[in-house]
Amino acid sequence: MYWVVNIFIIIVALFAISRAFLRFKDKKVGGTGLVFWTILWTLAVVFAFAPQGVSYFADIVGIQRGTDFVVYLSIILLFYMIFRVYVRFESIEQHVTKLTRELAIKDRKKGDDKN
Amino acid sequence: MNETIFIVIPAFNEGKNIGSVLLDLLHAGYSNIVVVDDCSEDNTLKVVSGFPVFLLHHAINRGQGASLKTGIDFALKEGADIIITFDSDGQHLVTDLPAMLEPITRKEADMTVGSRFLKRTDVPFFRKILLKGSVGVLFLFYRIKMSDAHNGLRVLSRSAAEKISITCDRMAHASEIIEEMHKKGIRFREVPITVRYTNETLKKGHGSYLGAFKVLTAMALKKIGR
Repeated sequence: MYWVVNIFIIIVALFAISRAFLRFKDKKVGGTGLVFWTILWTLAVVFAFAPQGVSYFADIVGIQRGTDFVVYLSIILLFYMIFRVYVRFESIEQHVTKLTRELAIKDRKKGDDKN
Repeated sequence: MNETIFIVIPAFNEGKNIGSVLLDLLHAGYSNIVVVDDCSEDNTLKVVSGFPVFLLHHAINRGQGASLKTGIDFALKEGADIIITFDSDGQHLVTDLPAMLEPITRKEADMTVGSRFLKRTDVPFFRKILLKGSVGVLFLFYRIKMSDAHNGLRVLSRSAAEKISITCDRMAHASEIIEEMHKKGIRFREVPITVRYTNETLKKGHGSYLGAFKVLTAMALKKIGR
């Protein structure tokens, strides 16, 4: 059964890398983003086939089990990504407000005799 | 006084109250009134259209902070010397305005903020807890001591209005304005005012516990995110 999980991880990783590459081609993801996602998913494949590698790194940072190391790392990564999404979202919100404001001032309505 | 005074009123679904608010202000002789309709779903836009006021309409709902900034930007563009921010729900009294304006016209302050706690006002108990809580939060976040942190009645000189930057679109703008005032070294004074409470106003905005939680979250996120 072990090999089924590995094949599944490879398929998911290849799919994710291909998506990142397509976004890069569309100029929606920068070069850094492409490198980041490629390394991340390649590491996922490497660790799926060589779990002892994870244990090696876990040992270096003082974590006993390799699985725990992966979970901690994922949580840190997720937090970072949520933060990035939040910053981006806030920036979009600010742009929408600015646009709405500019339109409102430009198209100010005439109330009774004010113009 | 020769200064051009503009009154900025952010409005969202206030069709029932805004008419009487505008009538009071116009009868008191304030002629430069800017209403910012924040994409109301009721007849606010239609009601305001019948009055001799400037009417700005947000095509998308952006929140009270965003509406205030729209109105302030417009007033500055139109040459305002003094800007008053006034609520659209009938909470504020026109009769409080002369006392709010006095320190500005006498150049003793660049901004006045209304305080319901400096006057004997019957503030409902739960509302009082929330407001005093927000005063505490303001002190905790920015080390600013005020008696009333979330009062929509303010008067700003032109220079104060130009210095204050409002980036919080929603309810957290009230704290942000105080923070900006403090950061930019704007001379301010709290002025006792009366706040008229109705069942309707008690349910809304800064008054609800959910609203307070949202404000607190927005303030915390602003601290870490921008």
